[in-house]
Amino acid sequence: MPISRRDWIFGSVRLALLPQVLRAQDHARKAAKAISNGHAIPFEYLEPEAARTLVALAAEIIPSDDGPGATEAGALYFIDRALATFDSDKRELYRSGLKEVGAAISRLSPGSADVEGLSREQRREVIRAVQSTEFFAVLREHVVLGFLGDLEYRGNQGKVGWRYIGFDDQMAFTQPFGYYDNPENDPDGKGETR
Amino acid sequence: MTTPAFRPTDEVDFVVIGAGAAGGVMAKELSIAGFRVVVLEQGPYLRQSDYSHDELKYTILPGLTNDPKTQPVTYRKSEKESAKPIKAIEYGRQVGGGSVHFTGNYWRFHEADFHEQTLFGDVAGAALADWPLEYKDLEPFYTKAEYDLGISGLAGANPFEGPRSKPYPLPPIPAKSSGVLFERAAKKLGLHPFPAPLAILTRPYQGRSACVNCGFCESFGCEMRAKSSTLVSVIPMAEATGRCEIRPISYVRRIKVDDHGKVTGAVYFDRNRKEIFQRAKVVVVCANGVESTKLLLMSSSNLFPHGLANTSGLVGKHLMWDLGLLLEGLFEHPANEFKGVQVTRVIHDYYAADAKRGFYGGAGIDARFDYYPAGFALSGLPPDIPRWGLEFKKTFGHYFTRTISLLSHATSLPVESNTVTLDPTATDAWGLPAVRITYSQHPDDVATQAWIRQRQMEILEAMGAKKTWGDQPGGFYTSRHLMGTCRMGKDPAKSVVDSYGRAHDVANLFIVDGSNFVTSARQQPTATIQALAYRAADNMVRMARRGEL
Repeated sequence: MPISRRDWIFGSVRLALLPQVLRAQDHARKAAKAISNGHAIPFEYLEPEAARTLVALAAEIIPSDDGPGATEAGALYFIDRALATFDSDKRELYRSGLKEVGAAISRLSPGSADVEGLSREQRREVIRAVQSTEFFAVLREHVVLGFLGDLEYRGNQGKVGWRYIGFDDQMAFTQPFGYYDNPENDPDGKGETR
Repeated sequence: MTTPAFRPTDEVDFVVIGAGAAGGVMAKELSIAGFRVVVLEQGPYLRQSDYSHDELKYTILPGLTNDPKTQPVTYRKSEKESAKPIKAIEYGRQVGGGSVHFTGNYWRFHEADFHEQTLFGDVAGAALADWPLEYKDLEPFYTKAEYDLGISGLAGANPFEGPRSKPYPLPPIPAKSSGVLFERAAKKLGLHPFPAPLAILTRPYQGRSACVNCGFCESFGCEMRAKSSTLVSVIPMAEATGRCEIRPISYVRRIKVDDHGKVTGAVYFDRNRKEIFQRAKVVVVCANGVESTKLLLMSSSNLFPHGLANTSGLVGKHLMWDLGLLLEGLFEHPANEFKGVQVTRVIHDYYAADAKRGFYGGAGIDARFDYYPAGFALSGLPPDIPRWGLEFKKTFGHYFTRTISLLSHATSLPVESNTVTLDPTATDAWGLPAVRITYSQHPDDVATQAWIRQRQMEILEAMGAKKTWGDQPGGFYTSRHLMGTCRMGKDPAKSVVDSYGRAHDVANLFIVDGSNFVTSARQQPTATIQALAYRAADNMVRMARRGEL
């Protein structure tokens, strides 16, 4: 069993349940350390260096300031699964996109291509530099799916994304579903349509 | 239940190509009448246990639809452009076809839909024409479809609908929040909202469960068998006769013709991509408004150099698009529209075309929510919201449960230069030509969209929306309603088939699906595809019994 992966996933979910979660870069740093500490790299495709950058970018696309974000959801694992399987034809796009990201990092932090040396504002500056590229469009889609997609792809850990938006994945519901189909909230008091 | 396994060398009575909305009806009607039927279906034979609520698999990846990686589609706006690979069209690709993953809207056409050319006159740049049949000719078959398949609705609630011989077999769906607000606002505006007619069971019916409101209708297969696809309704009836074999993963590449111009059967690739020839007395093509045409064009021969049944030159022409605008409104309280069937209330007040507006066209409007979680965050938000970052996250978090959509279903004029042809260079994974779509919107269709958008906005405001946003007229998106490429008519020079789907050129060849449509009505083609299939099957049975096929 790849201990490092499980520690990270369950650790981050536990953190996500705290009222005040750690700042996103802390998660990113922890995640990157867990990934790169040498034993049992759990990824199907991603290399640790790319993973470190991607987890930091994901944490700016869906941040954790107001509750669990891409980091706690394990969106990085969704990206990994996507590139290992159904989106394997997007690997080159990621490679070239990450090169552009590296160049943007070097401009902000001369002599370094490491995202961890950047402040959060600088990380957002990196995203602004690439946000109109095809790479970013795909990354954004992957991060959103890693936050709100089916659990099968290893993102949306603990259903944190679904909880955040108020989605409930039960198989059956009974009315009222919401406010307006509740006859108690009918301004005419008739419940006319029910 | 034992289903027969015919040998390809057996000359069966009918081979049906495509097991979708029309093909499933054909399979049942022909086999119940005593004929031996083989149904060849491109896609797999899935069951409810194969489905899931995986948004990625069914709304982004082609879980139940044509896969552009193995069957590329190319698209261009006009003949002047070279076509590029774009998934311009989408169709259900399994036993049950699009009836498996459709939303379930089941609107009958209005009486006027069958003779709009007479009512409206010619439209420049379009081939508006009357149908070769009237609503009253089709009414018994709409009723038959509603009872065979299991359709819910409220008879008489839509004042614009033609007369019906029977009420719906199932009571209407209760309004969810979108329907409640829409109904209240529409009445305030003097409009006539009615419960959506749906291919969704509101009570148990014919051994199938009622809907449990899971919310995963559109784009998904129904685990409860509450969605009235042909897969769970008429196809089991066909198989129960012992005379119908459904043969999945059978991709037809050619219909064969003898020296006398009669068809003799179909050649298909089996699951091992081996070519098999299934002999049949009659061939019925029900492969949808794009794939049927592709097959006819691939089946050219010395007798039919421009494609089978294409003496008129109209096979592949007059492709009509799935037009409509999705507009969103943000509301104060959670509506939780992700629960329950997408659509519960509809209006047809803006359905009829009116020359006084200065353009041809009209639309129905329904209240719904058209998103699943990730799709909403990716493409459901207002344009002024950042696409990433904390505000992005907070917005989709707040909006997801509070957004309600109005979708218009608008006319698409038949235009001769909007076509399905075989791509001259691109091929699919079987080595067959890719489908090439050439399409651009007629100016009246854009004008209709601009006009109906205003009506949608008025209703959203009357519903109390705090903020509104959504589609603009003339935008491009994938079409799922594939209509018009083998139009029906009385004159063989101006149409491909007669009103029973029989090819004018070939006595024992029928084409029965959305390709037969002469006009688009106001989208929602499934009820009419199936009513036409029942009527065509009824005619085939009578002809076959008289020895005329």
